[in-house]
Amino acid sequence: MAADPAGGTLTLPEAPTRPAAGARGRRLPLLPIGIIATFIVVAALAPLLSPASPYEQSLRHRFTPPAWEDGGAWAHPLGTDRLGRDMLARIMYGARVSLAAGVLTVLLASAFGAAVGLVAGYYGGRVDAVLMRMTDATMSFPVILLALILAVTVGPSFFNVVLAIAVILWARYARVIRGEVLTLMELDFIAQARIAGAGAGRIITRHLAPNTLNTLVVLVTLQIGYVIIVEASLSFLGAGIPPPTPAWGSMIAEGRDFVTSAWWVSLLPGLAILLVVLAFNLLGDWLRDTLDPKLRQL
Amino acid sequence: MASPVVDVQDLRTHIVTRWGTIKAVDGVSFSVAAGETLGLVGESGSGKSMTCLSLVRLVPRPAARIVGGRVLLDGEDLLAKSEDEMQQIRGRKVGMILQDPMSSLNPVFSVGMQLREPVAMYHHLRGRALTVRAAELLAAVRIPSPAARLRAFPHQLSGGMRQRVVGAMAIAAPPRLLIADEPTTSLDLTIQAQYLGLLKELQERHRLAMIFVTHDLGIVARICDRVAVMYGGRIVEIGPVRAIFKSPAHPYTRALLEAIPRLGARRERLTTIEGQPPDLAKLPAGCAFAPRCAHAVDRCRVEAPGDTMLGPGHATRCWLHVPA
Repeated sequence: MAADPAGGTLTLPEAPTRPAAGARGRRLPLLPIGIIATFIVVAALAPLLSPASPYEQSLRHRFTPPAWEDGGAWAHPLGTDRLGRDMLARIMYGARVSLAAGVLTVLLASAFGAAVGLVAGYYGGRVDAVLMRMTDATMSFPVILLALILAVTVGPSFFNVVLAIAVILWARYARVIRGEVLTLMELDFIAQARIAGAGAGRIITRHLAPNTLNTLVVLVTLQIGYVIIVEASLSFLGAGIPPPTPAWGSMIAEGRDFVTSAWWVSLLPGLAILLVVLAFNLLGDWLRDTLDPKLRQL
Repeated sequence: MASPVVDVQDLRTHIVTRWGTIKAVDGVSFSVAAGETLGLVGESGSGKSMTCLSLVRLVPRPAARIVGGRVLLDGEDLLAKSEDEMQQIRGRKVGMILQDPMSSLNPVFSVGMQLREPVAMYHHLRGRALTVRAAELLAAVRIPSPAARLRAFPHQLSGGMRQRVVGAMAIAAPPRLLIADEPTTSLDLTIQAQYLGLLKELQERHRLAMIFVTHDLGIVARICDRVAVMYGGRIVEIGPVRAIFKSPAHPYTRALLEAIPRLGARRERLTTIEGQPPDLAKLPAGCAFAPRCAHAVDRCRVEAPGDTMLGPGHATRCWLHVPA
């Protein structure tokens, strides 16, 4: 150690105090969670909470502005659309469609995609090559186009929308999970499991799958927002949820001819989409940072 | 000697690469009896680990393939078994401990869950009896307060502790043969000594045949009964530890022994072995060590030597010891 020329006491740099436990990224993101929870409650309890039926038309009250605008009334807090249907009720019921489509699609796609990724990563070689080429092919196919084809040939419906998106979306899960599995396969605990006499099924379900769960949860959360947007786009194009079922995308479409005179018909469902998607993305980002900082590229 | 637990005869494992076929294991033969420890020594890439993986038929596929030989475990040839039969043998008959304790446990499950899995598989135990047996195994590898440790996750344990857990999993059956592939390389010296003591103890309790892979001749002297020195995928010398340390026959064995630093030795510089470990894809026609051997003669470069017996159980593959 260097001698202190002044002969004075040696001052040590102050020991760093422990940083506030996980200062960054650990606090629960209350805002996104709150928004998502609100929309889930509203969607689940729409029949109870809704002030009116989302289907009941009243041409005399068409284009009633929201309550706070001139000519608005508290009978329709968010106004009415072109057929005089209550906007608030339609947005509430629309949440059911968007959330259900988002969650169902992502669950289907992630289950299938993860299974493909696990198998491809575990077996490697030819199995991997075939599965990954299928994945590449799938990823190069536009979701919207597939949904339009389905809508034209089979007719638009909720399940066709879910199917069309899931059939394309799984590829992303397959690719990410396969990458994860390739890393895991190099670790000794997989070798150790084999040495202990574990077969392919046991290694995949007991050792590989649980270790990819973090990644899967992050990806699922981030993708729900994406799926909601895709579903809204399809509904906007008329290839999604068929009317009169209220869906945010088709509500925007219906109002787009009247934006100058009745802005609320398009803007309010748009705002709902924005809020939900933003909330899911924020939650996904937070999960990613908290569970595994390695996943930055997702 | 009683009939051996494992008898390896002329084992050959090849790896096909872009640069050619590598003979990673090239005609290896040895046997290990119950309660006996065979040390497998050699440089990195000499074929030690590949030999061990070949014994349990877990060579990295599809590049590596076992192309010949026999591995007799209690008289049954493992190389003739189906994959399903092998799964019944791995763990139950042959246990293995790998080098890296940091990655040899599954990070998302507690020690108890991981330990119960093989025990349930081998002994068909469930519930309370299963947990008791798992705790007994942890106690057997000298982990303090085993019942509490069952709830610990791997990241809460030190490297030495984890390696003990891996040891507990390896002897869960208990197996007939235990293969330890450099199990102490990443542990500190004191922990290493404890772990070796533990392995010895487990071996005696279960009369295990043990294959101990290492490049540390100090460990060999301490725990092995016999030692096989590997070079370029072949065993160049095999024999009782005492005979090999006292009168090493192969120039490579001699060089290895001379490269050990000794306290109080007069020598100023450590002897090193000149040259690089061989490129296994381009092994010379003759003895693999010939290019680095100070005693090599013309014959060494063209013709590979066979085994020459030097004493009871002591054999080498070197032309210097073949009577002309």
